[in-house]
Amino acid sequence: MSDTAVSETFRREQVSRLLQQHGAVMVLGLLVIVGSLAFDSFATPANAASVVVSSSFLAIIAIGMTFVIISGGIDLSVGSLFVLGGVLAAYGSQYGALVALLLPLAVCGVVGLLQGLVIARTGMAPFIVTLAGLLGVRGLMLAISDEGATTYLVEDRAFAALGQGEIAGLSYPVYITIALALVAMVLLQRTGFGQNVYAIGGNEQAAALMGVPVARTKVQVYVMSGLLAGLAGALNAARLSSGVTILGIGLELDAIAAVVIGGTLLTGGAGGITGSVAGVLLLGVIQSLINQVGSLTSAFQQVVSGVFLALVVVAQRLLSKAQRLT
Amino acid sequence: MAELTSRGSGRVAVLKPQVFAWVQDYGVYAAVLALLLFNVLFTPHFLDASNFRTQLVQVTPIVIVSLGMALVIGTQGIDLSVGSVMALAAALTVLYLGYGWLPALIVAVIGGAVMGAAGGALVAYVGVQPIVATLALLVGVRGLANVLVPQLVEFRSPGLIALGSSSVAGIPVIVLIAAALTVIVLFVVRRTTFGRQVVAIGGNRSASELSGLPVKRVLLTVYVISGLLAALAGVLATARLQASDPTSLGLFIELSAITAVVVGGTPLTGGRIRVLSTVMGALLMQLLAATLIKHNLPQSWTQMVQAVIILAAVYATRKRGPDERHGGQ
Repeated sequence: MSDTAVSETFRREQVSRLLQQHGAVMVLGLLVIVGSLAFDSFATPANAASVVVSSSFLAIIAIGMTFVIISGGIDLSVGSLFVLGGVLAAYGSQYGALVALLLPLAVCGVVGLLQGLVIARTGMAPFIVTLAGLLGVRGLMLAISDEGATTYLVEDRAFAALGQGEIAGLSYPVYITIALALVAMVLLQRTGFGQNVYAIGGNEQAAALMGVPVARTKVQVYVMSGLLAGLAGALNAARLSSGVTILGIGLELDAIAAVVIGGTLLTGGAGGITGSVAGVLLLGVIQSLINQVGSLTSAFQQVVSGVFLALVVVAQRLLSKAQRLT
Repeated sequence: MAELTSRGSGRVAVLKPQVFAWVQDYGVYAAVLALLLFNVLFTPHFLDASNFRTQLVQVTPIVIVSLGMALVIGTQGIDLSVGSVMALAAALTVLYLGYGWLPALIVAVIGGAVMGAAGGALVAYVGVQPIVATLALLVGVRGLANVLVPQLVEFRSPGLIALGSSSVAGIPVIVLIAAALTVIVLFVVRRTTFGRQVVAIGGNRSASELSGLPVKRVLLTVYVISGLLAALAGVLATARLQASDPTSLGLFIELSAITAVVVGGTPLTGGRIRVLSTVMGALLMQLLAATLIKHNLPQSWTQMVQAVIILAAVYATRKRGPDERHGGQ
């Protein structure tokens, strides 16, 4: 092979890897530019703030989901945990802000711990274990809310302020999300734990042979996902001033979609936080653009999201094929 | 090999794999029998024909959908789009009802097959993971159904209403259709080349490719069948409701169907399809929910008990490792 051919294939590999990792950010930028040119009311601070605020809760869940998926697993229980977290936070708020925050974190963390232990110790498929988690947690949520009939109101002012307070036009959850994303990035890219997550997602047996603590890492990943879903639910309850029992059902699929759109491979071993956050924002921007068009219903937004997700996975598949060929 | 090792470690160890194999193969039947017995003894009016009819009619869509799901899971795949395909079928049915109920049914079923083909093509030819490919369809197809029919539409087609509510010899027609479909799928899995190919691909895809099986075509066909069955379930459910409701018809049915398949002992790792056990799995979940409701336990309990049963069923399946499978079959 001549030098030019080598550099050519090398370049192509670089380009496809770049596209895979940062494609979501690029498409997001493109959509924002197109949206601002096409609609006067799109690029306004108010609209931008509404997209960012409503995306922040899904983003928190997607951060946890990113870790789980990179480790080669999946977590279907996060939608139920989100709702449970909200109900528990609203219920706990009658005992003060601290209880309102810690109760959902504790319960959702324990659920994550149990799921992680079952997955790591018995080798059962994460899909099934967390599917059982989805049902079990939804049952638990219904049990403490009189079959969904009771909506607890947030009694504590300080806790409500956590979801409603604003700095520079953006509510606190946005800043919390940004902080969490930064911490998660450092955790994933710069620590031994992050390396372990990538290693077991890439090749679990090889990782085990190299001395990576596979079981412990898996448990940690599911605990994290549970904690983050519970936190997102608690913050959402604070924002809405109540523990709503119906919102958030099916959120696990949105989170998975966002993570996949962000370039994290469901086969594990590759991906990142930036992509997932971009994926969440992308879903939010699509929704906002469709609202701008006005004549289109929210059903149309689902069609676009579905088609978009299909396009992304096809593109990803082709890109990873291109990488492997070289 | 399992026998050799267990002989060395005493009598209990000899029994254990056998017990596990038995639980895996017949556990779901035993559980259904136990629940039936419990209900006969402790639930008033349980043996009424009307009660049986209600339970069977309610479980019919799940049974039909889970037949397709069992095939898909047999190939190591999964089909999350079934609920949305049901909704699309409901929408198409009511849109084409003007041409008569049979053409409407055919259009709806073709629509389902097309959606199945879309998912199948992504999985078989592009190589997308089944869970994402069908997730995209779950989101998109539900939206499409809602775009076509934005709200609940009632209809007065006598033919379609009769399909949903008439009975032959006391058994509702839709239950008979589900039973017939079960027999057909059972025949396909056990007695046809296609059935063998599906199981072979699920067991070892690369070996199937190397031995010249039409892997991609079989995969595509499996997803088409799943879409077709889901659409049929959607039409039957619509006929029973006497209204088309694309917003909520079939919501979360993919979870029920996966549960039925898994509780029936079909492993998610593919290579094995248990059709009758899948139907039993669906019946078990239905019976369980009905039992808890009849004894005044709330819905929250049902879901928590379901979670435990899923875990128990999969835990039992897990015991069959690759070496045991050689010994067992």
